[in-house]
Amino acid sequence: MTAEELETIAQEEREACGRKKHHLHVCMAAGCLSSCSDRVKDALEAQVKAAGLEEHCQVKPVGCMGLCAAGPLVSVADQNVMYKEVTPDDAADIVGALKTQQPVQRLHCRMDVPFFARQKKIVLENCGVIDPERIEEYIAAGGYTALHQALTSMNTAEVIAEVSRSGLRGRGGAGYPTGLKWSMVAKAGGATKYVICNADEGDPGAFMDRSVLESDPHRVLEGMAIAAYAVGASRGYIYVRAEYPLAVKRLKIAIRQAEKQGLLGHNIFGTPLSFEIDIRLGAGAYVCGEETALIASIEGERGQPRPRPPFPAESGLWGAPTLINNVETFANIPPIIRQGGQWYAAIGTEKSKGTKTFALAGKVNNTGLIEVPMGITLREIIYDMGGGIPDGKKFKAVQTGGPSGGCIPEQFLDMPVDYDSLVKVGSIMGSGGMIIMDETSSMVDVARYFMEFCMTESCGKCVPCRVGTVQMHDLLTKIIDRKATVRDLALLEELCDMVRNTSLCGLGQNAPNAVLSTLRYFRNEYDELLVEDDAEPALADAGAKENAS
Amino acid sequence: MSAPTTVVSLKIDGKDVSGRADETILDVASENKIHIPTLCFLEGLSGWGACRLCLVEIKGSHKLLSACVTKVAEGMEVTTDSPRLLKYRRMVVQLLFAERNHVCSVCVSNGHCELQNLAQVLGITHIDIPYRYPTLPFDASHDLFRLDHNRCVLCTRCVRVCDEIEGAHTLDVMGRGIDCRVIIDLNEPWGSSQTCTTCGKCVRVCPTGALTRKGTGVAEMEKDDQFLPYLTRMRGSQS
Amino acid sequence: MPSADKRWRIVDATMRRHGYVGNSLIETMHTVQESFGYLDEPALRFVSSSLNLPLSKVYGVATFYHHFMLKPQGEHTCVVCLGTACYIKGAAQLLGSLEKRFGIKAGQTTGDGKLSVMTARCLGSCGLAPAAVLDGTVMGKVGSADLLDRVSKQVGHDR
Repeated sequence: MTAEELETIAQEEREACGRKKHHLHVCMAAGCLSSCSDRVKDALEAQVKAAGLEEHCQVKPVGCMGLCAAGPLVSVADQNVMYKEVTPDDAADIVGALKTQQPVQRLHCRMDVPFFARQKKIVLENCGVIDPERIEEYIAAGGYTALHQALTSMNTAEVIAEVSRSGLRGRGGAGYPTGLKWSMVAKAGGATKYVICNADEGDPGAFMDRSVLESDPHRVLEGMAIAAYAVGASRGYIYVRAEYPLAVKRLKIAIRQAEKQGLLGHNIFGTPLSFEIDIRLGAGAYVCGEETALIASIEGERGQPRPRPPFPAESGLWGAPTLINNVETFANIPPIIRQGGQWYAAIGTEKSKGTKTFALAGKVNNTGLIEVPMGITLREIIYDMGGGIPDGKKFKAVQTGGPSGGCIPEQFLDMPVDYDSLVKVGSIMGSGGMIIMDETSSMVDVARYFMEFCMTESCGKCVPCRVGTVQMHDLLTKIIDRKATVRDLALLEELCDMVRNTSLCGLGQNAPNAVLSTLRYFRNEYDELLVEDDAEPALADAGAKENAS
Repeated sequence: MSAPTTVVSLKIDGKDVSGRADETILDVASENKIHIPTLCFLEGLSGWGACRLCLVEIKGSHKLLSACVTKVAEGMEVTTDSPRLLKYRRMVVQLLFAERNHVCSVCVSNGHCELQNLAQVLGITHIDIPYRYPTLPFDASHDLFRLDHNRCVLCTRCVRVCDEIEGAHTLDVMGRGIDCRVIIDLNEPWGSSQTCTTCGKCVRVCPTGALTRKGTGVAEMEKDDQFLPYLTRMRGSQS
Repeated sequence: MPSADKRWRIVDATMRRHGYVGNSLIETMHTVQESFGYLDEPALRFVSSSLNLPLSKVYGVATFYHHFMLKPQGEHTCVVCLGTACYIKGAAQLLGSLEKRFGIKAGQTTGDGKLSVMTARCLGSCGLAPAAVLDGTVMGKVGSADLLDRVSKQVGHDR
């Protein structure tokens, strides 16, 4: 593959596309597929044929358009019209409306609303626009030019410098500066190095990575290949959840296509870079989102973390220096190389640059996938874009960061969304799940829900997490059952402090967050459930004296 | 061993000490007679870093690190003993006591048990954490040994000694979280194991009364893991 | 191979593709489960000896990952998503009604082997909460009555 060949593919694709007058895009990502968008696509194709429009109208399967709650979504790209909740029976009307240019009113989904208008799409720029199963479309959208640019006109230090300049921080949760991570792996000695894409999106309530993999898989491959060049790796792995079969299928297709075009494999773009990517399936263990546990899992072991240091950058997969970034981080790389770190750094806040994707879910009118510039306020996301709380209910809290995050109350709604602000109020950015809760949600119940999650997902290696989460869960249940006293609550708080500070990995260290943040802002809900201390010494005491002495 | 290793200077509990760069904090501390409590650690086996008893504070790091797996570094300032560390260590031991059924008075290892000993050293007089009283099995199918899950603390010393020293890997851990359990082969009765060599190393390294010799009565099971550093040294010098 | 069953060849092909190295254990188990629906003892022994891995290690890995099943599943499976978004929108009640109607707990199979009820951490269909999957088909924004109706129909069809 050469730059000219790449351009030829892009040209041909654009011309083929230009020959059609109308472009009907049907969302074929998992959300809309589960409401049978595949049948909608078949119906549209049949109607186009019946109307004799085959020459002029293209019906194209595309990825996620974002407003998952209103699926199946169909867009008429040439008329900037979107339809929601489309059924196969609506196909005739939609095709009929192509000529009149008058959108079908009953299906019309306005695109000038904040849900769409407030978005800033970088990672999701191709989602819902291109066919994820055709590399030609990705190339026509400018795909793989960043890889070419990096390989042929930049040295590895320049690539890393560009990523550093962008200010990009890890989108998997902790927010570690990506450029710094890359330079650590680049500096590490050793002939063999690995690049791993963490696609084990395990946070319940988060589906950003899945949408990217289903809608624009080549973007992730390109990001990984650029990373491989920068750090000196020749082999990559994508560790993806087995629960995402469609993402796995599209990744496999994408890898095969990229290999066929010489964009993966030996001597990419005629340069010395050789890079191959393999897929490894997760098997239902949340803890494998943790770097060292993920590595253990790729090595075929029980997914148990090991103490750091040493960090994977020095000693990772099979003891070799290893770069691990998540899907969204890699997906940001091609545009950063193409348009420069400076361009990216101009978006967002001082310490949190660029955009972030969020999966908006729970008690909010518009659920779905959004990408917004860092620094936007929670209120803008929830009320303007999300359309507020359904059924006239009152907002209570928004949960970010999954089981490792916390619940943020109303008083912080005007806070800018960035890594540091979220930490300040007791939550974390996490991978991007945003669950809205209304007045009907009990915060103690929510805390127990997350503790149950951490307890079941604990690998069992270290004592604080293995036993501490169970004890905290039981105490929360005791509180909810109205059997707990002030002493039980005090013990719960002590355990929170201990588990947070002594656990081996992030799962245990962050497990108390849901309890701590709800205690911080909704302590009254706990207090209301407590009963009087019966002042009787606990039975356990007597037995323990005997045991321990 | 012949390759020159860097020697680093550091401070442990205010005392100036030095060690080789490939040594752990625990190594250097014990060389200098500074005691750090441990449970899953055993000299001669690989580090595991799971019991969290040997956590120490390191100046400049907000995270506590396990001394058994963290390498020393130049200029490091380590604190092995503080009210906070003592509090956490006590809670670790309490969590272990509450996790399974450690009834010392009827245990064959009473008086020779590392968990019991830790409780004494750390001054634990009662357990604040609710007992879970799980129902756990007991495997007495082996001719010579018993495996009592009620007393197991999942330190995995037995798993490591069986794999790293004996080379049989008869033992491993199944499940996850609170459901973790030490298993023999495909979770089979010990007596019918085709891979167990009956070497007894697992019994000798077990810190509690989980793995014991048959025929021992209450408080009669004494352990002896002194063979391990010797074996490791001998094997190391042969290879 | 444990038997003349042709599916063992598929399993063997996976191991061969990875050069029979020990670290292909999880990939191999995926293939076993895809081919047989679960991992039984002969399968674990076969994988253990083919990859030169200790039996206890194979068992330890198989039981660590919740995706792997050591027992056969029911003819039909209904997976209720317990992700946060679904939970907030009443997934626990969905699960409760299924458990009550069929007299089994999550993770169990009915006595006649017709139905297994399972839970998922998050299906990633949060926009469609609460969600459940019946025999591979995702049902979004599903209510208790609707779910019971559809599951009963699906299970009843075979009777």
